[in-house]
Amino acid sequence: MREAVIPVSWILEIVKATLSAVAVFTFAAVFAAMLGVYLERKISGWIQARVGPKHVGPQGILQTVADTIKLLQKENIVPRHADYLVFSSAPLIVTVAALLGYVVIPWGKLGDWVLIVRDLNIGVLYFAAMSSLVVIGILTGGWSSNNKYALLGGLRSASQLISYELPLGFAIISVAMMAGSLSTVEIVNAQQDVWFVFKQPLAFLIFLTAAAAETNRVPFDLPEAESELVAGYFAEYTGMRFALFQLGEYAEMLAMAAMTTVLFLGGWRGPWLPPILWFFIKTYAVVFFFMWVRWTYPRLRIDQLLNLSWKVLLPLGLLNILVTGLVVTLAR
Amino acid sequence: MLVDWLYVAVFGVVGVLLAILPLAIVWLISPRGEYPQKLLTYESGVVPFGQAWSQFNVRYYLFSLAFVLFDVEVIYLYPWAIVFKELGAFAFTEMFVFLAILFIALVYAWRKGALEWV
Amino acid sequence: MSGEMAAFILLAAVTVIPAIVVVTSRNIVRAALSLVPAFLGVSGLYVLLQAEFVTAIQILIYAGAITVLILFVIMLTAGGTGLPVRQVNEQVPLGIAVAGALAGGLLFVLLRARWPVVSGEMPRYNAKAIGTALLTNYALIFEVTSLVLLVSLIGAIIIARKEGS
Repeated sequence: MREAVIPVSWILEIVKATLSAVAVFTFAAVFAAMLGVYLERKISGWIQARVGPKHVGPQGILQTVADTIKLLQKENIVPRHADYLVFSSAPLIVTVAALLGYVVIPWGKLGDWVLIVRDLNIGVLYFAAMSSLVVIGILTGGWSSNNKYALLGGLRSASQLISYELPLGFAIISVAMMAGSLSTVEIVNAQQDVWFVFKQPLAFLIFLTAAAAETNRVPFDLPEAESELVAGYFAEYTGMRFALFQLGEYAEMLAMAAMTTVLFLGGWRGPWLPPILWFFIKTYAVVFFFMWVRWTYPRLRIDQLLNLSWKVLLPLGLLNILVTGLVVTLAR
Repeated sequence: MLVDWLYVAVFGVVGVLLAILPLAIVWLISPRGEYPQKLLTYESGVVPFGQAWSQFNVRYYLFSLAFVLFDVEVIYLYPWAIVFKELGAFAFTEMFVFLAILFIALVYAWRKGALEWV
Repeated sequence: MSGEMAAFILLAAVTVIPAIVVVTSRNIVRAALSLVPAFLGVSGLYVLLQAEFVTAIQILIYAGAITVLILFVIMLTAGGTGLPVRQVNEQVPLGIAVAGALAGGLLFVLLRARWPVVSGEMPRYNAKAIGTALLTNYALIFEVTSLVLLVSLIGAIIIARKEGS
């Protein structure tokens, strides 16, 4: 039966979706990028026995705000011979792909109602798909700068990212096998008795390593190494485009930390405290861990990190899946 | 279910618009002071020469090729992972055979040096 | 028009217009990048067909892996400099004739076919249904797929090593 106009319910859903999109993006911009950059600088300062930012706002907490306002007024420079359209769309692709992953993250629970944008049936698979879109943005950014070093950095980064997507997938599948579902909410609910980090320790380690590599964090940040490839695929990006790349990277890191919490650390589950608080505590514990590792370990060479992915994590991930499958099948 | 994906689509569109917003602000309020040297490609202060592409090295192609193939393997694992519990030992054996064949593929690629960077 | 019709038209536009750019653009990298919205449009069309698992794997494989493969090859060869390429050759009239005949034939057949309407419920959980089907009804095909992947890998490595050495 055909209706004469677009039904009201569709319009209502579109409005709700727009509002939640704006809310989530603002949240990501504040909690991932601004807080993330601030934490990074404070934690690195603490580990290196110095103070970090402390002037702008109490304890320097408004530092990133000041930086953003500064970047907004920087001149818009596009290198000569660079393809303007492609050059500008690269940071957009990275940012939007990273932020699209936030649709399936459950932030907590209010009574019976789970705080999630949409609980897709294929939640974690969707998340993996969005992470794989980020690669296109980085590759495009590296090429469109018309700069040898940026191109090399982009190619290397893309090789790294795709190599680590496979172990990431295997770790996710191991958890999905335990929970019997791909939905993030059901995975959290399946951790009622014990968190999956205890039932799947190997998958946990594989996921953490792959997540660090997927977000180009040290020890896997060769493609954007400041001292070698001159910030790699970032080299020609200045001002707000650079800020957008950073936003995308930090948003992706927070999303990966949140997904670690969902898959392995029991999501929002925990006694006494409200679930949202538990979720944030666990997620920021993972974020702190990522930052701690950054300032502790030296950078891996490109062949070392590719070997780690293909020759160590990939076989281990396969083995983990087989063992898990065997145990679960025999236990029936 | 369709509504779920409507949300995803709206997120994508709103995301692009919100990301373009700061770029638009920059375009409006930033100073313009272009001179040719500013637009030169960055190469640590040296004037760059030559084309901005590097020699084709087959290793990039081999890595992305191996990635595509193993990615297809991973997508077969996703539906298996959520139903194998209910289907018993037969389902596990099927996947074991599948993974064994692909493990042979990994070993082949490894031995033939397709996974070497240099 | 219903919401689904509007969504279909939008998705069709998102698929077809970049696809036209892919075949007509003179900048080969722009052509390759236009594949991404085309693939995303197709995955949107899969959503309208209630196949959400296929949607996710379309994005994961096509937009995420195959586009990267294509871009790697393009960026590492001379095409990567963005030099304009010729998109037409001398056989344009013959090409138009063949394409027109094919399009006409397809339209004729598609418009006259009686499309059977399948009744019954779609399984609520798409991925589980696919998994069950793969492991029971289509088990042999499933195993053969792994062999196809193995053969593809071997073949590609052999060819690439020959070119490289």
